Amino acid sequence: MTSGIPMEPLKEGRITRRRVVLSISGLTISCLAASACAQADEIEIISFGGLYKSFGVLGYEFADRVKASSGKTVAVMGYMAPPLTTESSFFVLTREPLAICPFCQSDADWPVDILVIYLAKATPLITAGARVMVTGRLEVGSWTDPESGFVSQIRLRDAYYRKG
Amino acid sequence: MRGFSVALSAILTLALSQVAFAQTIYPLNRAEILSGAKFDFKVEFPGSPAREAVSVTINDEDAVKLLGGKLDYLEKEDGQDYAAFILRNIEIKKPGSYKVVAKAGDKSSTVNWLVYDTPKGAVAKNVILFVGDGLSVAHRTAARIMSKGLVEGYYGGELAIDDMPHMALVSTSGSDAVVTDSANAMHAYTTGHKTCVNALGIYCSRAKGNLTHPKVETIAELVKRKRGLSVGIVTNAEIEDATPAGMVAHTRRRADFNDIVTMFFDTKPEVIMGGGSPNFLPKSTPGSKRTDDDNYIEKFKAEGYAFASTATEMRAAAKDGKAKLLGLFNTSNVDGAYDLKFKKGATAKFPDQPDIVEQTKIALDMLSRNDKGFVLMVESGRIDKYAHSLDWERSVYDTIMLDNAVKVAKEFAEKKNDTLIIVVPDHAHMVGILGTYDDDQPGATPREKLGVYEKSAVPQYKADKDGYPETVDLKQRLAFTFGSFPDHCFDAKPHLEAEFVPAVPGPEKGAFITNETQCTNTSVRVTGNLPATANSGVHAADDVILTAMGPGSEAFRGHMPNTRVFRIISTALGLAKE
Repeated sequence: MTSGIPMEPLKEGRITRRRVVLSISGLTISCLAASACAQADEIEIISFGGLYKSFGVLGYEFADRVKASSGKTVAVMGYMAPPLTTESSFFVLTREPLAICPFCQSDADWPVDILVIYLAKATPLITAGARVMVTGRLEVGSWTDPESGFVSQIRLRDAYYRKG
Repeated sequence: MRGFSVALSAILTLALSQVAFAQTIYPLNRAEILSGAKFDFKVEFPGSPAREAVSVTINDEDAVKLLGGKLDYLEKEDGQDYAAFILRNIEIKKPGSYKVVAKAGDKSSTVNWLVYDTPKGAVAKNVILFVGDGLSVAHRTAARIMSKGLVEGYYGGELAIDDMPHMALVSTSGSDAVVTDSANAMHAYTTGHKTCVNALGIYCSRAKGNLTHPKVETIAELVKRKRGLSVGIVTNAEIEDATPAGMVAHTRRRADFNDIVTMFFDTKPEVIMGGGSPNFLPKSTPGSKRTDDDNYIEKFKAEGYAFASTATEMRAAAKDGKAKLLGLFNTSNVDGAYDLKFKKGATAKFPDQPDIVEQTKIALDMLSRNDKGFVLMVESGRIDKYAHSLDWERSVYDTIMLDNAVKVAKEFAEKKNDTLIIVVPDHAHMVGILGTYDDDQPGATPREKLGVYEKSAVPQYKADKDGYPETVDLKQRLAFTFGSFPDHCFDAKPHLEAEFVPAVPGPEKGAFITNETQCTNTSVRVTGNLPATANSGVHAADDVILTAMGPGSEAFRGHMPNTRVFRIISTALGLAKE
């Protein structure tokens, strides 16, 4: 029994690979993870809409392409959720700008489809629900952050971001 | 000058009382307790006196002797500077007035309780409690105008929620504040006790753990324990959300969804339907919001529950003659009536979700198989959520959906006069109908399009067979306004594409600013009248209107505290009797 249905890739705000590669190359000064920056033209762009193969009440399944990219450097465009502290090596990337801060508000909760971002090093975080392009090493699978207890299914490690 | 000194002494008294609180006794003063209902009794003694230094009496008898049970005396509960005197899971069988006195040295506190009987026994076999979350008077009026039409001051018909013989004005404040939230408010209906914001099934004591506060029994636990009735909990919010959780939960913090799922499992209501599946899935499943490996869908199935993730599966479970059903139709809230019925694209991820009307039908079908009777709670949960987001049209669509669900219950009850039906909001929102907007008026901004008094010509909404307006995007439409709001852009037009998001997080932590994507050349910038920490409208302390029919409903009249709803339900079911 499954209520999952195939997902359409996001049409809105879709960015061509070429455009992103160019803009990333133009911003190497903000690259904190050298390995990720050096291989800029190899970076695969993944959209939030393309993360999942199916999405239903019983959970979701990651797209084959996403599973295949695990361990590789990828870039994802999304919105930075209101961070807990102004400078951190950790934030949550969401598909839509988040109107509420689930960390700060007791009755708010995260959307299901989020990406947890571990930055290469602690960085001042921008807020205002800013759109950002995050590049990092993709990691797929359930993982509990030992510090915060936050459970995530998909992460970018050694990541860096720029305003999208 | 006199006013000043009175105020000053009030401030001083307040300041002193904060230094050392008097003994606090739970249940609080004026509690009305159903005879035979379980509760935890707790007294907190400031300054951590030894057990020998305190006394607790009830009607001049030693409380431990009178109530029985094992006394827990914690000299420094959770390391804090007070002693906790706790008797858990006790009951008082003999109806009457109880005076509780707690003494330590020369300090003394007194509360009075009323333990009530239900002398007539069961006059109703079943109870159906409809909760319109945040349902306020203007929602009803707008629903009636849009659903039934208004001609020369007369409506084209009555709403099912209005057309009932008994009515009461209900006050919603909790024990802690003027304005309530849905947890606090639902708790009053399901336990008959007052509590505080964010709390469910407990008194808010000074304990630190969310699950260790003094508990009070909920209606679902009571009817199952004492009478073997079936229980149904139906909502279009997440099933762990405050209103449905209020049927089963005991926690200081409504946001602890994983605890609440466990509490659903402990009580095992026969019919459970709503959204919010991620807290049922083990953390290894992508999409889970659990922090452990428990799979509550499998656990419920192992207890004989049918599981449904779609409307089709829900119908099949009822058809198969299943007595128990867990239906989870969305990872988040089930989509509201407007998006379900008129904007199918919005529900692409979950294309087969039932509305609460059909959920009510199925629940009644399944629950009525218990010859002893049932208690069913149905919530239209997004009336409130859309009122928070200042999206009044979606709120009113969900008011009409509630009305249709009530129609189903009335048809069910018609067959036999054995079912008490109650329709009640849990709290109000600050909403009102100011007049109408007319796009043909000159000017660009909302105030230039607004007609008030004789210029508020009646809009011509066209309702479909289910009473939903086919469109709300009329040139002439209601001017439905909100009394509390964050900074936002306002263009007086319906938000057809997606639910309105008035404000977004700003550059300062915890502060919200106008959602610029909603600003157009015909909108105006509205400065919020709430603290900047608010991202949406807030609840109001206004009284709410309760309507009721069926055996026992005649007790609803005049003005009453929200806790009285529980008392009237228990009385109709004769729950004090064994």
